[in-house]
Amino acid sequence: MPLGGVIFITVFIAIFGYILIRLARLTGGQAKKTSQAKFDIYECGIPVQEKKDTKISVKFYLTAILFILFDIEIIFMYPWAVNFRNFIASGAGLFVFTSMFIFLAIFIFGLWWEIKSKALEWD
Amino acid sequence: MTSMGSTSFEITINLIKLVLVFLMMVQAVPILVWLERRGSAFIQNRFGPNRVGPLGLLQLLADAVKFLTKEDFAPEKGNRFMFYAAPVFALIPAAIAYMAVPMSVPLKLDGHTFLIQGFEINVGIVFILGISSLAAYTILMAGWGSGSKFSLMGAMRASAQIISYELALGLSIVGVILLYGTFNLTEMVNMQQGPLTFSMFGYTVTSSYLPNWGIFYQPVGMILFFAATFAESNRLPFDLAEGEAELVAGFHTEYGGFKMLMFFIGEYGHMMIASGLMTTFFFGGYGIPGISFQEMHQIGLNLLGTETLASIFNTVVHFLSYNLKFAIFLWIFIHVRWTLPRFRYDQLMDLGWKTMLPWALANTMLTAVVIFAASYFTI
Repeated sequence: MPLGGVIFITVFIAIFGYILIRLARLTGGQAKKTSQAKFDIYECGIPVQEKKDTKISVKFYLTAILFILFDIEIIFMYPWAVNFRNFIASGAGLFVFTSMFIFLAIFIFGLWWEIKSKALEWD
Repeated sequence: MTSMGSTSFEITINLIKLVLVFLMMVQAVPILVWLERRGSAFIQNRFGPNRVGPLGLLQLLADAVKFLTKEDFAPEKGNRFMFYAAPVFALIPAAIAYMAVPMSVPLKLDGHTFLIQGFEINVGIVFILGISSLAAYTILMAGWGSGSKFSLMGAMRASAQIISYELALGLSIVGVILLYGTFNLTEMVNMQQGPLTFSMFGYTVTSSYLPNWGIFYQPVGMILFFAATFAESNRLPFDLAEGEAELVAGFHTEYGGFKMLMFFIGEYGHMMIASGLMTTFFFGGYGIPGISFQEMHQIGLNLLGTETLASIFNTVVHFLSYNLKFAIFLWIFIHVRWTLPRFRYDQLMDLGWKTMLPWALANTMLTAVVIFAASYFTI
């Protein structure tokens, strides 16, 4: 892994972005406070009513939890997929094939159960 | 493998190369913005920007000057650190993931070999998927740091959409990995050279005029992958994060000037990663159909004489080939944006979870069955 290169370019981009923001502040200047309304958060022309901790629909949390489950299952398929031909060549093809299809059956059952229990319905 | 070089000369060149790839990415954004504005104008029977310079090309420069003169603003109720850090962090995942895409054959100069890509990584696909999905964090940072409910709702929508389509994206790649048997993008490009060859049940069928590209083996995977990358890069028809009628501008409602420009660079960077991966997985990478790398090197040798010049010729020609394919996909991104209407949010989620995920699963299973059957019956 070229870890040194990744760290180098990350630091470089961070400095690059920092300089861009500083430069824009230098040329454009800090925003002058001509009125309170200018510094309020955006609202359609009326005083802001709601606080920033807006309530978020629970569906988003549910989506995130389901994502983690399914993503881990998909990541398990990657090493299997990359070695599938090697396993076939070494004669263990049938074993690897059937075990992955059992895994996929569990995956499909999970997806079916999720759809059936209406976890993915957005109203 | 010491992929950053073994001598201090090679390491210096490789580090400069990283900076160059990054600047190239940043540089491509104004051109894409111009292309998008002109292209959309022609699609909608308008003129688009045509006043500043020839064909309006200097419009970008005028825009940059305008961005520079905008005063620096941060909302009082937000979190200042997150508000300023989010646009900077938006650049990083896009740039680093793009650097792992191979763009041409290695350049050989005086015994040194330079790869025309930022990093050579054996697990290229996993690296790109892992890094580019970090973009969800920058969007959430922007939404939370702005302290505005429009920003926060836009950020929640965007991150939920990104993670939902990540499943279909990840699963559509499993078929590609099964096909090539490697994570390394350069090896994938090498496998796609030569004429199209199917070998099954002991028979081998070779087509004389079709290239050996991944699209002929994975057509369903290609469609799923391309559709999922639209959602990943928050482009229409999946740009629910910034539906103007509902959310003003989504997670960058409070941003302006250079800070907003940096979000744009990140978004276009994700388009570039998607186009680069499409080219590499399904369209032969930097290869040219009908001519192998050695033949192109030989043509260069005949034309220019020396080994070094031939190597440069070889690299440049394949780089142009890569960029041509790359540009076609970028144009498709722009064309789709100005042709299709936006989805509704529940339709978007249904498409990701109930349509694309099962199709990607079916594609994976079919690929596995075909590969297994093909090898089983020949033995």
